[in-house]
Amino acid sequence: MTAPKLLLGRVSIGDNTPELSVDVTPTTVVLGAIASRDWRPMHHDYKFATQRNGVADIFLNTPSQAAWFERYVTDWTGPHGRIGRMTFRMRDSVFPGDRMVFGATVTDVRTDDAGCGWVSLDVTLTAHHDGRGERTCTTCAVAVALPTSDDDNPWTRRGAAWTP
Amino acid sequence: MPAAPQPDLPPDAGLPDDVAALIGVPQYPITADFDVERSYTYNTCAATENANPIYWDDAVADEITGGPIAPPTTMSLWMRPHYWQPGAVGEQVALQVHFDLKARFELPEAVMTDNTLILHDPVRPGDRISHQQVLRSVSGPKTTKLGSGRFWVIDIEYLNQHGDLVGIESYTGFGYRRTVDDSGSRDGGAS
Repeated sequence: MTAPKLLLGRVSIGDNTPELSVDVTPTTVVLGAIASRDWRPMHHDYKFATQRNGVADIFLNTPSQAAWFERYVTDWTGPHGRIGRMTFRMRDSVFPGDRMVFGATVTDVRTDDAGCGWVSLDVTLTAHHDGRGERTCTTCAVAVALPTSDDDNPWTRRGAAWTP
Repeated sequence: MPAAPQPDLPPDAGLPDDVAALIGVPQYPITADFDVERSYTYNTCAATENANPIYWDDAVADEITGGPIAPPTTMSLWMRPHYWQPGAVGEQVALQVHFDLKARFELPEAVMTDNTLILHDPVRPGDRISHQQVLRSVSGPKTTKLGSGRFWVIDIEYLNQHGDLVGIESYTGFGYRRTVDDSGSRDGGAS
């Protein structure tokens, strides 16, 4: 199989990445919690989440959000894209019944001193819900390394050649 | 530990001495109970509908990542304790420093508001991950829509069995006591 490869030279500041829309169900939340070995009850126990935490429902946990951001970014880059840094702020929770919509804008394109090509993205996770309205739940800054040429592969970088 | 991934909170001159003494001190050095295994890669990819072929197609993984790897953002899962194991008493929790602070300040609830991951060497099936936790900063008392409490920043350094740096993670947590008006949805993060 020849995997698609997005090269650094094909990316420009201001580019927008294709939106991803996902309907969140209780299964989405619980699957993510189990996959990340997060046994805390607010991610699977409705009564705990609503009565103890005082939130609307069980909600997506932090590692699941990271994994969703990873999936979103690497959908765009293809498998040669290697995330080096991700910082996100969770302003509101993501609940079952929400429709998560991911979108991103390229904020920087550069090559570092080691020759590694980097793209910076501002990613937004917005939740849409009939009752709760539209909420910007999480904003995320991602630095992802892309090949600078057909024979470059960020995954081969280590040590001083990889400075995320 | 390399440069901190998240900025410190404004210093609190009134921080109790016992808490202040913990800032910057590595705590809870732990090695995972089990090796990295591919089933969690499949669980994570299934949970996020992630079709990246480096996780599903060994030929692609061989070509691009030098063999199978775990999704980099799953770094923390290898250090999360089993829900139960023989001899364990009470709830088994990850990120013990976070729960220590909740107890120290008598704050029954908590959410995470910020998370930073800096990703170094890929994690591979068969690896055994270790980590340690470092309390970076604690805010003074704060009140948000969730309630009244304190923010804190905790860094975690992850190494593999060779001592190679796998990554650094930083969490900002908010431990709080709920306010009286507690109906409906509210702002907050995740945990």
